[in-house]
Amino acid sequence: MLCEECKKRPASVHLTRIINNQKSEIHLCEECARKRGDLHFSFEPNFSINNLLAGLLNNESDYSLPLGRPETDSRCPNCGLRYSDFRQIGRVGCSECYREFAAKMQPLLRRIHGSSKHIGKVPRRNGTKMLRRREADRLREELAKCVQQEEYERAAQLRDRIKGIEKDID
Amino acid sequence: MPLEEVLTRLSDGWMDGSGPVASIALSSRVRLARNIDALPLPHIAGDEQGEKVLAIVGNAIEDLNRRGTAGPMEFVRLAELSPLERQVLVEKHLVSPALLQGGGRTAVAVNQAGTVSIMVNEEDHLRIQCLQSGLQPREAWRICGLIDDSLEEKLDYAFDADIGFLTACPTNVGTGIRASVMLHLPALVLIGQAGRILGTVGQLGLAVRGLYGEGTEAAGNIFQLSNQITLGHTEEEIIENLVAVAQQIIEQESAARRALLQSGRLKLEDRVWRSYGILSRARILTSGEALQLFSDIRLGVDLGLIPDVNLTTLNELLVLTGPAYLQKAAGAQMSSTDRDIRRAAVVREKLAENKKA
Repeated sequence: MLCEECKKRPASVHLTRIINNQKSEIHLCEECARKRGDLHFSFEPNFSINNLLAGLLNNESDYSLPLGRPETDSRCPNCGLRYSDFRQIGRVGCSECYREFAAKMQPLLRRIHGSSKHIGKVPRRNGTKMLRRREADRLREELAKCVQQEEYERAAQLRDRIKGIEKDID
Repeated sequence: MPLEEVLTRLSDGWMDGSGPVASIALSSRVRLARNIDALPLPHIAGDEQGEKVLAIVGNAIEDLNRRGTAGPMEFVRLAELSPLERQVLVEKHLVSPALLQGGGRTAVAVNQAGTVSIMVNEEDHLRIQCLQSGLQPREAWRICGLIDDSLEEKLDYAFDADIGFLTACPTNVGTGIRASVMLHLPALVLIGQAGRILGTVGQLGLAVRGLYGEGTEAAGNIFQLSNQITLGHTEEEIIENLVAVAQQIIEQESAARRALLQSGRLKLEDRVWRSYGILSRARILTSGEALQLFSDIRLGVDLGLIPDVNLTTLNELLVLTGPAYLQKAAGAQMSSTDRDIRRAAVVREKLAENKKA
């Protein structure tokens, strides 16, 4: 679709206006849209992914933590980046930031990707170990539950599986 | 040395037009974002920490060379290259513009064929990239994967069992993969359908942008289609999704080309030959004008309207006429006016040469 104004560039700004139930559509290129002051459009010249992300973050409803509490601005113990820094620049300081800010990261990742669960490639050398360790952790939790509920037979099975994994890792 | 060759040679391994549907899909690219566990990322790292990353990755690349996974790769700090040389690497898509902004601790490893590059200390510690001719993101991913495995033998990657590879920007978390295809879509642009078709890809988790030019303008009608989502899907799913959408766009472009031929063959012939005429005779050519005219000629060649120009020549012209390469080949810094004059001369020469061959 070409811009309705200049009829040269491809239209990338699509406006739908509904006034008194009258719907009108207009398709413009970025340049013409900018020229038309009446559209009340301000185009950010430095429109980068980081700005966009920062916007997404600043827009978040802080229902997970009450506002104003100092904990809301936690600091990564590894690199020293504050959560508020991350919000501003849209980039973490190191891989540990993901752990430190995990509670906030999960919803953010779901917003960006529609998912927060990696199902792709796992690093050969370190990744499998990591996955096994995580599995062992999960089994341990299950084991604790079983013991609590006095399901000793199942608990014994779990214990053996955990032992097996631990042996594998070492 | 690989780098010297890549800097001076015209045609890299992915530019020979040998890949599938190379007449519309000029090239495919896959890049993986990887980081070293717990080390500060380039944007906050101090000099010493940046050096540490360079040393660790340098070792891993030496090991990669010993294994021969990607053939011999040359590892060089960007600071050791002239500004012009750096720019040539950008024009050849081996280095991102962002890496040039990265300061003194940036480096790149490049293979002999000019198809593989590993950028160090860009936004992430590592960016592993592979370029292929035509519609071959699968092959590009296969090669990136092998290099990734090799490097991982020596590097402790930042990885989380739940959310995958950890990257500087959360938009790359998970697989860290960005796969893209460069598409030449002159017929869709000509009939005014490019915006509509490309607008819908956003709903499929893909993004599209002009390869050259500013904002939405796609100079030379070359668009880059890439995945946006990196988490919650396997690399294979992401690649297959991209290929499937690219194939549909390619079909639409082909249909538009057939329609144009049927409804106005003479008009189209006139257009592409006029462009050919300008390119083979002009004395001053801006890069913007050159890109548009190249697009016409490429269309003419694809449709058999201009029989005597081959795809390699067209791909080489894209490199040859880039501002940095132009100056590098001439061995001198030039003003933009001088570049436009030089560009016209180079194109005339190349087309005349092509005719003889």
